[in-house]
Parts: sequence; C-alpha cells; structure tokens
Amino acid sequence: MKSRADLVFRILALSTLVFSLGTLAALVIDVLTDGADRLSWSFLTNLASRHPEEAGIFHALAGSIWVIVLTAMLALPLGVSAAVYLEEYGTRSRVARFIEINLANLAAVPSIIYGLLGLGVFVRLMGMGRSVMAGACTLALLVLPVVILSTREALRTVPGSIREGSYALGATRWQTIWHQVLPMAFPGILTGLILSLSRAIGETAPLITLGALTYVPFAPDGIWSPFTVLPIQVFNWVSRPQAAFKENAAAGILVLMGLLLTMNAVAVLLRDRFQRQNRT
Amino acid sequence: MNRASRPLSVVAGLAQHRGQPHANVEAPVKIEADRLNFYYGAKRALDGISIRIRAHLVTAFIGPSGCGKSTFLRTLNRMNDIIPATRVEGRVLLDGRPIYAPDVDVVALRRRVGMVFQKSNPFPKSIFENVAYGLRINGLAGSRSELNDRVEESLRQAAIFDEVKDRLHESALALSGGQQQRLCIARALAIRPEVLLMDEPASALDPIATQRIEELIYDLKSSYTIVIVTHNMQQAARVSDFTAFFWLGRLIEYDRTDRIFTAPAEKLTEDYVTGRCG
Repeated sequence: MKSRADLVFRILALSTLVFSLGTLAALVIDVLTDGADRLSWSFLTNLASRHPEEAGIFHALAGSIWVIVLTAMLALPLGVSAAVYLEEYGTRSRVARFIEINLANLAAVPSIIYGLLGLGVFVRLMGMGRSVMAGACTLALLVLPVVILSTREALRTVPGSIREGSYALGATRWQTIWHQVLPMAFPGILTGLILSLSRAIGETAPLITLGALTYVPFAPDGIWSPFTVLPIQVFNWVSRPQAAFKENAAAGILVLMGLLLTMNAVAVLLRDRFQRQNRT
Repeated sequence: MNRASRPLSVVAGLAQHRGQPHANVEAPVKIEADRLNFYYGAKRALDGISIRIRAHLVTAFIGPSGCGKSTFLRTLNRMNDIIPATRVEGRVLLDGRPIYAPDVDVVALRRRVGMVFQKSNPFPKSIFENVAYGLRINGLAGSRSELNDRVEESLRQAAIFDEVKDRLHESALALSGGQQQRLCIARALAIRPEVLLMDEPASALDPIATQRIEELIYDLKSSYTIVIVTHNMQQAARVSDFTAFFWLGRLIEYDRTDRIFTAPAEKLTEDYVTGRCG
C-alpha cells in the first residue's frame, strides 16, 4: 500500500514538474522561432524607427541598463543600512518589530502601486520629471523590501563566534559589523540584490505609470534624461498592427532574457568567488 | 595516554609544575568577584560567586557541564553583555575598580581582558590580518613597520611564528585546528591585554596540539594573568596554580591547585576530582 502511494505521489510530482518546465520551454521556443531571425548586431545598435526592419532596441537596452545600475546604487546602501539596523541594532525594539511586519507586507504590494507613488512623489512633487532618476527611485523602492529581507538572511549566516572574536579584541559594534560581519555576508547580500534587480528589470507597470511609455527614440545621456526600457519597448511593438513589429517584439524579449540570464550568471559567479575567499 | 587513564595521574600531573611546586599565595589580586549573581532571563546561572584571582598566576575553573564556569569566565570581560536578556548582580573588580559600573567603557575593558574561545574562531582573512585586526581597530600601531613587528612578536609569543612565517598572507582557515587556536591566542596577545581568559582552549584539539597550548600557557603566565576553563582535570592540575571548583552555579571550593587535587576541604570537590560524580 505504502509503496503504491509513494509511486502515485512520485508520478504526480514529476508530471507537475514536466508541465511547468514544458510550458516554459514552449514559450522560449515560440519566442525563438518568432524573433531569432530579427536578432542581429544592428538590431542591438539601431534606435527605434517607423520601419520595422530598420528598428533597433539600442535606446531601450541603454535605458534599461541606466535604470538598473542607478536602482542598484540606490537600493544597495539603503537596503543594507536598513537591514543592519534591524538585524544588529534594533532586533528587540518595538519599532523594529513593527517595521519587520510591514516589510513583508511591502514586498507583496503590487508594483503598479509603486508606480503611482513614484508618479506622485518623484515625478511631480520632487520635480524629477519622467527621468531615469525618477524611474530608478521608483524601482529602488520596489526592490528595497526584498533587498532588506535577503540582506538580513545573509547577516544571520555570519556565525556568532566571529562576532564574539571581534568584540573580545576590543572592537566596537560598528567595527565588528564593518570589518567582519558585512564582508562575510557580502556574497549573500549581492545575490539577493541581483536577483531582486532581475525582477525589477522586467517590471513594466510602474514605469508606464511614470510615463516612460512616451515615445523616446534616443538613449539616455544622463540621470535626468527621459528614457524607455526593454519591456516597455516590447509592449510598444506588440501593440502595433504590423506583423513585422511582432517579430521585433519577440527579438526584444530575447534581448531582455539575455540580459536577465547574464545578470543571474554574474550573481552566481560573484557569490562563488567571494565564498571561496571566505572559506579557504 | 596510558597515564591519563589512571586516577592517580591527576596527582602525577602536579609534579609538572617545573621548579615551582607551590604557587605564590602572596601574589596581588587582579580580579575580584563579590557575591556575583548572573541570570539568563529568569534562570539564575551563577549564585553568589566570590573569588580573588591573583596576578601572574594561572587559575583554572573546573566543574561539570552547565555548572556556570564558562558563564562566570565571560562575566570577567562582559562578554555576556551581547547575549540578550541577561542580568548581573554583585560586583566584579579589576585592579580594584568595578567593571560593571555605569561609566565603564566595555571596549576598553575587553582590551585589557582578552579572550580565547573553545572553538577556534579565526576571521576568514589572512594570518597576518587576523593578528593585525585588533591592532588596527584600537589604533595601536602607528606605522606599517610597527604593525609588522607587533604581528610577528605576537605570533612568536603564541609559538606559531615559525610554522606560518612563509605564508602570513595566506588564509587563516587553511591552518590546522591546533594552529588556528594558537593563532587566536596570538590575536588576543597582540593588543597586550593584562588578563587572558581561555574557555576550554584545547577541548577540540588532539593530545599533541593540547600539549603545545599547555606549554604556551606556562610560558605566558609571567606576563599575563590567565584564567582557564577546562573539563580536563589533568589539564587543570598541570597548568594551574589555583583551581576553583564550580557546581550548579556555585563556587564550592577555591584553593591552591595541589590542595584541591590532594586534600580538598569539601566532600563534593573530592568526589568530583576523583571521578565519583559529575
């Protein structure tokens, strides 16, 4: 009886796995057949155009990279500082517990809400306009809860014996955190950051709300430039009636997936490298 | 090894006090605890500990697991402060000054009272950086050459310099367990503390590495006041001048090591050192 139930469960588990992976594979293959022909060097370096065969993705790729790098630069110091406070300084205070509960809630807030907040606060109130800076600030807010939570996890993996060893040498709490805890937690912090950024890079809704959907046919040349990003360009192409633009959209998706996989690969590589440094 | 299995070996170990059969009872008091109570939450872990630890001698704390000897050791450099929900009552004096007074700088206290832990805990950095860390954060080395000199001096004091001198800039985690523990001792010595607390420093080491640590303790006591917690009674007998026996959070007996092991005043002490209980 027992072995039979076991067998049924195994088949069930295997079939759900095959189903979900199969769906993913079908999607990738579909996009590949649609868009692979359009992928070329000139597709990556050309700007947007009314003629689908001349249109490229350079402006959106550059926009995505600008936004994501700036998002990282904003989210990393803020997220790590907040996590250090919660984990190392305020763990038992009531305020910290209140923040902690709300962080988990914030991580679950739909991204379009962040877009509305960004529109109200960054674009209008702070007068940033529809700039790279406004987009990065909005996305930084979006990823912040995840960065804080993953940084806290990383800080918790640093053994207490290392902290004690540092304190016993007359180190202050800050010296212990800065010289021992943060370097050891760094691979974990970095992984968390990159994974949350790869979520942000695919975000469309909050940036559309900000007004990044407006036609921007050039690459940004600074943090105050208007911009567009890959998913928005894809969305733009999909909504055009011509079939050739649909091919462009598929090729754009491939570029976005390539960027995502590269980021994840970098995360894995960096983590391995720092971990080796910490171990041997 | 064979000797260690015989009950009388404890007494035999006493003979190893090289040329110093009796400890100097007249040595000045370095640390004094006065009716010290310690609580983890509501649980009382130490009950009215009063003891005078003498300068430039080795004092061993013995007793069964959970008897409070490690907890007491950690109250001497306020290491328990970092554990939440703990509480101290009573006084601990270092050179006559209370260390739990509100105006005491804990960081400065820990510089004077160093500590070596049960499990060696080198930082995941190079051998050099492990020793240099305490010097750097406390601003104790003015120049690069002074830093180098003090790192070398500390590694020599901990009897590990010759083994690591060609790989100072390699990771400390590549060292053997015994070497790591001596590195941790070097690290503690680098900031020139007055007192060295050792929490079962050899419990995770093989007999040869243990012997090296014990020789090291013997060599260091002319410059430092050493307090060592140990589970190993032979070790207590071999390395210490005074021994304190703890039982269920209380200090049962504290006397010269030779008396504790040959003519204890308390029945409980005698039962413990002869292996009849605990």
